[in-house]
Amino acid sequence: MEIKYRIEIPEFCLVAMIGGTSSGKTSFANRYFIPTEVLSSDFFRGMISDDENCQDVSSDAFDLLYYAAGKRLDHRKFTVIDATNLKLEARKQIIALAKEQNVHAAAIVLNLPEELLLERNKKRPERNLPERVVRQHCREVKRCIRGLKREGFRFVHVINSPEQLENVEIVRTRLWNDRRDEHGPFDIIGDIHGCFDELLNLLTKLGYQKTDGTLIHPDGRKAAFLGDFCDRGPKNAAVLRLVMDMVKSGNAIAVPGNHDAKLLKYLRGKSVSEAHGMDKTIAELNACGEEFKAEAASFIDGLISHYVLDDGKLVISHAGLKQEYIGRTSSKIREFCLYGETTGETDSYGLPIRLNWAADYRGRATIVYGHIADREVKSLNGTYCIDTGCVFGGKLTAYRYPEREFIQVDAREEYYVPVKPLDTETEVDMEDMLTVGDFNHKMHITTRLLPSVDIDVNNAAAALETMSRFAADPHWLIYLPPTMSPCETSGLCDYLEHPLQAFSYYKSKGMKNVICEKKHMGSRAVIILCRDAATAKKRFGILDGTRGIIYSRTGRRFFDDLETEETLLLRLYDTLVKTGFFDDFSTDWVCLDTELMPWSQKAQGLIRSQYAATGNAALHGLTAAVKALSQAEKRKTDTSEPQTATLLEHFKSKLDDIDRYIGAYREYCWTVNNIDDFRIAPFHILACEGRVFSGETHVWHMETIKKYIAVNDPIFMATPYLCVDTEDDASIQKGVDWWLSLTEEGGEGMVVKPETFLARQNHTLLQPAIKCRGREYLRIIYGAEYLEPDHLTRLKKRSLNRKRTLALKEFSLGMESLERFVSGEPLYKVHECSFGVLALESEPVDPRL
Amino acid sequence: MLLTITYEGQNTQELGFLLHKHPDRTQEFNLNYGKAYVFYPEVSGERTTAALLLDIDPIDLARGKLGSRDGGLFDYVNDRPYTVASFMSTAISRVFGTALGGRCEQREELANKPIPLTACLFSLKDGGETELAKQLFEPLGYRVDTKRTLLDEKFPEWGASPYINLTISGTVRLCELLNHLYVLIPVFDKQKHYYTSEAEIKKLLDHGEGWLSAHPYKEKIARRYFPAKWSYARRAIDILLSEDADTGETAETTEEDSPDDTEDKTRTPLNKQRMETVRDAVLASGASSVIDLGCGECRLTSLLLNEPQIKKVTACDVSVNVLEKAAKHLRLDRMAPFRKNKLTLMQASLTYRDKRFEGYDCACVIEVIEHIEPTRLSAFERAVFEFALPKTVILTTPNREYNAKYENMQENTLRHGDHRFEWTREEFAAWTKKICGRFGYSCEIRGIGEPDETYGNPTQMGVFTKNGN
Repeated sequence: MEIKYRIEIPEFCLVAMIGGTSSGKTSFANRYFIPTEVLSSDFFRGMISDDENCQDVSSDAFDLLYYAAGKRLDHRKFTVIDATNLKLEARKQIIALAKEQNVHAAAIVLNLPEELLLERNKKRPERNLPERVVRQHCREVKRCIRGLKREGFRFVHVINSPEQLENVEIVRTRLWNDRRDEHGPFDIIGDIHGCFDELLNLLTKLGYQKTDGTLIHPDGRKAAFLGDFCDRGPKNAAVLRLVMDMVKSGNAIAVPGNHDAKLLKYLRGKSVSEAHGMDKTIAELNACGEEFKAEAASFIDGLISHYVLDDGKLVISHAGLKQEYIGRTSSKIREFCLYGETTGETDSYGLPIRLNWAADYRGRATIVYGHIADREVKSLNGTYCIDTGCVFGGKLTAYRYPEREFIQVDAREEYYVPVKPLDTETEVDMEDMLTVGDFNHKMHITTRLLPSVDIDVNNAAAALETMSRFAADPHWLIYLPPTMSPCETSGLCDYLEHPLQAFSYYKSKGMKNVICEKKHMGSRAVIILCRDAATAKKRFGILDGTRGIIYSRTGRRFFDDLETEETLLLRLYDTLVKTGFFDDFSTDWVCLDTELMPWSQKAQGLIRSQYAATGNAALHGLTAAVKALSQAEKRKTDTSEPQTATLLEHFKSKLDDIDRYIGAYREYCWTVNNIDDFRIAPFHILACEGRVFSGETHVWHMETIKKYIAVNDPIFMATPYLCVDTEDDASIQKGVDWWLSLTEEGGEGMVVKPETFLARQNHTLLQPAIKCRGREYLRIIYGAEYLEPDHLTRLKKRSLNRKRTLALKEFSLGMESLERFVSGEPLYKVHECSFGVLALESEPVDPRL
Repeated sequence: MLLTITYEGQNTQELGFLLHKHPDRTQEFNLNYGKAYVFYPEVSGERTTAALLLDIDPIDLARGKLGSRDGGLFDYVNDRPYTVASFMSTAISRVFGTALGGRCEQREELANKPIPLTACLFSLKDGGETELAKQLFEPLGYRVDTKRTLLDEKFPEWGASPYINLTISGTVRLCELLNHLYVLIPVFDKQKHYYTSEAEIKKLLDHGEGWLSAHPYKEKIARRYFPAKWSYARRAIDILLSEDADTGETAETTEEDSPDDTEDKTRTPLNKQRMETVRDAVLASGASSVIDLGCGECRLTSLLLNEPQIKKVTACDVSVNVLEKAAKHLRLDRMAPFRKNKLTLMQASLTYRDKRFEGYDCACVIEVIEHIEPTRLSAFERAVFEFALPKTVILTTPNREYNAKYENMQENTLRHGDHRFEWTREEFAAWTKKICGRFGYSCEIRGIGEPDETYGNPTQMGVFTKNGN
């Protein structure tokens, strides 16, 4: 069997090929790496000058090459630099790039006999270099080999002969921190600091059992220790013993903490300060003897600073990890894992001020870490700090993964007095301020209902303005309602919209049962109500002492006057308490989709400036026109001039249209003198703690609203509804009759929905609702004269595709934001969806100037 | 949609000759967005009335004409088909073009003679600016009579209608009347149905020949005629002013539409004072890099760009439209490279954390916070004082107390429709104190603008300095 020359390099690293001209770097690279992994200087020279040998453009070519290499490494791609790399300067640049990217640098050196190279050089007519150059290169190769490790190449492989070259085998190895193939389940345990009794309690509580001198979980779970095993607590050696045994027997994994790193220094004989409770550890270890100390030293030395687990979905590290550091290696990352990052300043307790890396974290992996003791577990953007200060008299916490539960045991006593008391309130609540960088670019939002919703940068820019100028506190905006498509235009000659089209849409999509809900003519209002301000603070992060909100479909607070809002919320609260809603649904908050009336309350500006104004202008203009035409008609002696009469009739009919139009908008306006003049008609119970109600039918929603909300306070109205079978003509006729009765007097019309909240045909999501608006009402939409035959014919040509696509996207985003909020996802993930709805509804603007 | 012209006197049927439209016939004309009709409601020796009636197609307006690529210019529900507006001017020139030019071969003498004429315009939008009709027509020698109704009689609390029925009468040549109407109708209503092109300048000057340059409100007329095209208005005004200078009359300038139009014009405008005071404060802070948060049209930014001490200015606004205006105002596309390199314009929000705000010596927040919802102020405070963290923050906001000095302001109203609040001096001081305590700044409060003994200065400024710098 052939003896292979094994070259082991990490599967993610930056490789420098080193070798003189004609040494075969390029053919080597082409043979052992895939083409896109290899960045060759020749290629980049060619790219900018059409000549791979043009030395004049070398500097620009290398700029491009390193830029491309940087981009590859950003994306965590294995990268090979195919250039001579003989000059120290060139290699320094490679090392600098590797450092910046926190990857290992590897060198593969082709150190082949000079004669061979000279011979090859002669055979390359296109690039025949003087002999002295070839000789010079060979000397340089030989000279650089010894220093490569020192220069910073972690892996150096030298190929010294053509035979070796022929028998190379490249083996790509896994990084130490890469444990993506380990799926747990894990019990991740925070900072122990010598609290052996609590640790044992916790492990027992978690179900670990003493077997063969170590602790084993019967279900094959693994403990994951987050470091800081020693110092300050009472039984440091015992903790070390237990952790080492569990790791050794494969029942646990562990990452080191800063206290462990310090202990290692001590054990290695370096001088360290024995402050922060280290004196105890040292005393205990000395009592255990040299063998134990050696074992501890080698154990700590072998610990990897962080682990990437479960297909990359879970990361553990003592002090957390920035997103861009995950799955990479460097001393910088090791430092971060041990100590975190500080500003270099100290607070009033003399403690270093920490940079809040978790606030910037946007990764998908859950990061569990410890290091900073607090009374409670702190979670932010998918990161969890589970150091709950056991040694300071707090708790020892385990995070069960993938169950995502916290199991805790109380400390038996305060073993050590913390410099900063555990209960210190942070002065400013740093936790969740939204960052503009998450929203001012093209967004790609993955939702449960639609695989992806793209938001164009121009729409995002428009939404940013609306959000900033008008929207309520984003903590409240867990849902924005979608737009709704009307039905196809009617074939009946006097109607633009008619329910038959809505029924046939659902029938054609295989929906036998639909529900018709009366459409109230008010303004869409989303209501969130918490039991109390404390719930609002805890669950929504609302700090201003309010316990709820009523906001419009654009996320703007419905009432400028907060007192009205508060009074309406209080009325709702009283009702919900009376009907036992909070208890029956075991929740402290609820989010409702409602229509709030009168329309004139919210739309007053619009009504005055557009609807009433148009009515007023038309009334006076048309009255004058009719008067002038009548005069002309009366005066006329010559009946052979029929046009005046026709014109008069035409304008009289316009005047009639305007009267009806004014009547139509007046229908939805009334003056609110006090709170009892408002009407609120809820039609969806969207969500409460732990639940989004998209799995319930619309009949359930209607009936639940009747049972719990529209009970005895006249402000809260139930919505009349009718179920229709789209395959039964009699039932359809009932639906049509109902609609006619609703709309003949000017009612807005009705909304037809599939019986289930979410409806699909095969895998395609159907419109969640379709509106059929009344004949008179539509004058407010399409103008007073829209029913004139000439107008109606043109209006019937309308395309619904855009509106329907939009409705589906917005519906998916709305449901997604509720799901995300309910499942406790970070604020920016919830906001992304609401922001997306607003963006889709915005006229695009170009933010680039 | 309806304009009537009445001629009173003797042989008033002659109006038909002057207008080139026979009194016994109803005539129809095609317009871009509908039809125009001319007919005569009254014809007699003593009194003859001609009517120009428009029938505008609202569907075409909303959707764009069939086959045209442009979408509609207006909503389905809109007043255009019913008002007297730019459509009417277009119709006058289309239907009465010859009369507008003053030509009448059959009755040349009558056409050149001032005669008693009355014009009625129905549903003319003055937006409630009651004086406007008088300002425009009285200087031309007309008696002006306006009628206004409630917006909706069922809801008296909605107030008065923005439309009037206007009657003007005077003894003028018919072509003068038509030219006055042609120019002044679009001045009432800033909304136009056509895209304003440069050719409109010439139209304005042609139809305004002989009277517009002497009109005391000519600048107002030009500005409102070109509502979105400031540069066109400027050029028209320049020409009108130079014509006027030739005739030896003095020009009475009328300031209008300036952002601070509630404020005193006789001294340095408040806005200018404000910007200069802020600039001086920036320079005094020793800053060399400045971020102008809520830059508006970049008035401050352009002052700062003139200062050698300032090496870098970033101007942000949340509104892209405003930034586009700012870019125009700064002439960004023609800016010299040295100056341009100091400047960054970008869209940014003050209620989100923004890393691009970091690293400046000084942040200016000029007349901005009053546009932020009070419930969102805490986000603004953190974005600026906790995260952007400049050495100096200069912030101005109106002093609410001073509003008492503005005669045309009603009690308990704010200076601008978009202001969410305005603070008294005490409230501002309390807020600055809170900020300083929370974020580690010290603040010095100053006033900007002519002070009043009781009410203080119109604008209040806080200069915050980060402690320990």
